[in-house]
Amino acid sequence: MTPFLAITVDPWILTFSMVTVLVTIAMGFWSARRSKTASDFFVAGRSVSVGWNASAISGEYLSAASFMGIAGMVMSSGYDALWYPVCYACGYLFLLLFIAGPLRRFGAYTIPDFAEGRFDSPLFRKIAVVFVLFIGFFYTMPQMKGAGTTLHYIFPDLPYWVGVALVGAVITLNVALGGMKGITLVQAVQYWVKMFAISVPIFVLMAVYGNYGAHLARNDKSTPPSALYQASGAATNAPVPFSSANESGAIRRTLPAKAPNDESWLNPFGPLTTKAAKAAKLSVVESRPYSLLYTYSLIIALVCGTAGLPHILVRFYTNPNGTAAKRTTMWVMVLIGVFYLFPPMFGVVGRNIMPELYNGVSGVKGTDGIVLKLPAILRERYGVLGSILSGVACAGAFAAFMSTFSGLLVSMTGALAHDVYGRILRPKSTSEQRLRAFKIAAVIIGTVAVLLGTLVENFEINFMVGQAFAIAASSYFPLLFMSVWWRRMTMRGAATGMLTGGLLALVGISLTSYTTFVVTMSGKYTADTMPGWLATLKANSLETFWAAHPLWRILSEQPAIWSVPLAITLMVIVSKLTKQEIPPDIRMKMLVLHAPEELGLKQEYIQEHLAH
Amino acid sequence: MNTPESGKIEIHSEEFLHALMRRQLKLSVACAAVFFAALFLLPLANYFFPEAMAMRVFGFPLTWLILGVLFFPLVWIIAWIFIKRSIALEDAEVREVMVAEQKQTGPPATHP
Repeated sequence: MTPFLAITVDPWILTFSMVTVLVTIAMGFWSARRSKTASDFFVAGRSVSVGWNASAISGEYLSAASFMGIAGMVMSSGYDALWYPVCYACGYLFLLLFIAGPLRRFGAYTIPDFAEGRFDSPLFRKIAVVFVLFIGFFYTMPQMKGAGTTLHYIFPDLPYWVGVALVGAVITLNVALGGMKGITLVQAVQYWVKMFAISVPIFVLMAVYGNYGAHLARNDKSTPPSALYQASGAATNAPVPFSSANESGAIRRTLPAKAPNDESWLNPFGPLTTKAAKAAKLSVVESRPYSLLYTYSLIIALVCGTAGLPHILVRFYTNPNGTAAKRTTMWVMVLIGVFYLFPPMFGVVGRNIMPELYNGVSGVKGTDGIVLKLPAILRERYGVLGSILSGVACAGAFAAFMSTFSGLLVSMTGALAHDVYGRILRPKSTSEQRLRAFKIAAVIIGTVAVLLGTLVENFEINFMVGQAFAIAASSYFPLLFMSVWWRRMTMRGAATGMLTGGLLALVGISLTSYTTFVVTMSGKYTADTMPGWLATLKANSLETFWAAHPLWRILSEQPAIWSVPLAITLMVIVSKLTKQEIPPDIRMKMLVLHAPEELGLKQEYIQEHLAH
Repeated sequence: MNTPESGKIEIHSEEFLHALMRRQLKLSVACAAVFFAALFLLPLANYFFPEAMAMRVFGFPLTWLILGVLFFPLVWIIAWIFIKRSIALEDAEVREVMVAEQKQTGPPATHP
């Protein structure tokens, strides 16, 4: 029994992964002892330095999608996947330009806090809190896929769902015990773990197997077939000139039939954006406008969606003042921008030297594992170095899904404990009761997230994160953006726009995801062996409808291009119709949102509010 | 601590809020316009000039080099300019209010 394990599990990889997990837990416990009050739990007492906070924000922002998903998607889909890292970074900038400053000045801890404060409406808070959970669960699913993929790589005999359950349980426990204070420290450390784990292995790999440009150059359909069959033995120690593809020294193994061809992979409007048109059997020329539409909708979803992520905004309050918050954000831009240069390199190099992953399609054996598996290829030349670097990559993956899952868990638990319990169910509960509610809520949410995570084995990590962004972009983004910059907004206008945009986007995304889910499930069976219930589902899976209507499929899968404008339009129309409901002290609210913190308007506002 | 009564009139005026929001929005929109233009135009360039965008530079197709590498420094530059300007803007706003207060009350007011 033991030798069986010893053969399949690489000790180095196991060690690095275990150390990451144990250190994370230890830090959680250590800081749990130091955080006692409820406000410590929610925003770390607002006492975190710029450097720590910038690392922590970056650590929380770089999820499994950034660490594993981008590389996997660049490998599976090529150029189009590059929109993801770019828009994740641009989205953060967008948040900085329009929303971060005002929200910080307003002093609301969470989006529901803001929703209530801006419109003086406890009812709206209850409505708004729903989306913390919707977006949160959509965002935890890909983290769970990352966890399942990583554990399946470390323990090849472990089923996907066991990995998901294990990681989910560990993180849930950690959050229930440590709270946010623990997470600030843990996440700052985890940023640097991720940065190290993504950069060092790829530098070594590129030094051995050829650099970024040289590997891209190999994706050239005019390359003679003989050069494509070059085995792994070519020496590349000499500096590599990259003027010519054949002399570059970048190794390439034969691509399996499931891999997209060079032309569609390397160029814009490739497999990711032409999926719907391809299912409709349109020609390459016919499908191009559809791809363009898909690309724009994706850009809108990702850029606007960042602003509506419930777990990112709360971080702006952990700075002592507005200027420190801005400096922090500058550092965050740099830290995440540098990070995002690396994952596409894994995808590009992986396509050439580990093409067998294309056969795993989007499952646990597929391209989502490229960041973890690619460094192990060094074993064939440098023995244990490959194992060590692969172990480092696994440590980074653990840091990625653990930090994001923790952050989301805190936000969602906060919503459940702070809003649903503390404000709706038991407004008179004591501080101790609230703390206990926080722990129970963490367990409930962690369990649901694990259950959902077990369903998404065959979805690409990055794709799922994109979907969560689209829902955030259609619900919270219009709410925040319009509430900050348009004073004539009313509660009913805001609620109508947010609910309509957000729920329609949610439905659209769920419909196409449901089709993908049923089709991949039934793909494992032939017509004879398929269970009856699955056959019924497949018959009703909308597959034929999407094939007949590619435009509908794109608009349903990537709804942001219509759902964001729809939400904003509804907000304007309904607000105009309910003009009499504009909060009477709107000028004061706008002042608090926009006037510099030094003027002390916030204190004045609170005093006035208390006097009423 | 409360602001002196005379300063209050200045800060709470409609004009002050208007000017404040307009200045902030102008700065944000100007910065956003740069990266939105880039995000919007790149797919169009890919669509209408596929050959030019596929031109190889150090092994990279041009469009890959732009999107996968050069976009990030652009984001940093915009963020840096925005942060510098917006801190300066806030300082100027605070100074403006202080001066207005001093004119009306004489001694400088302390602020929380």
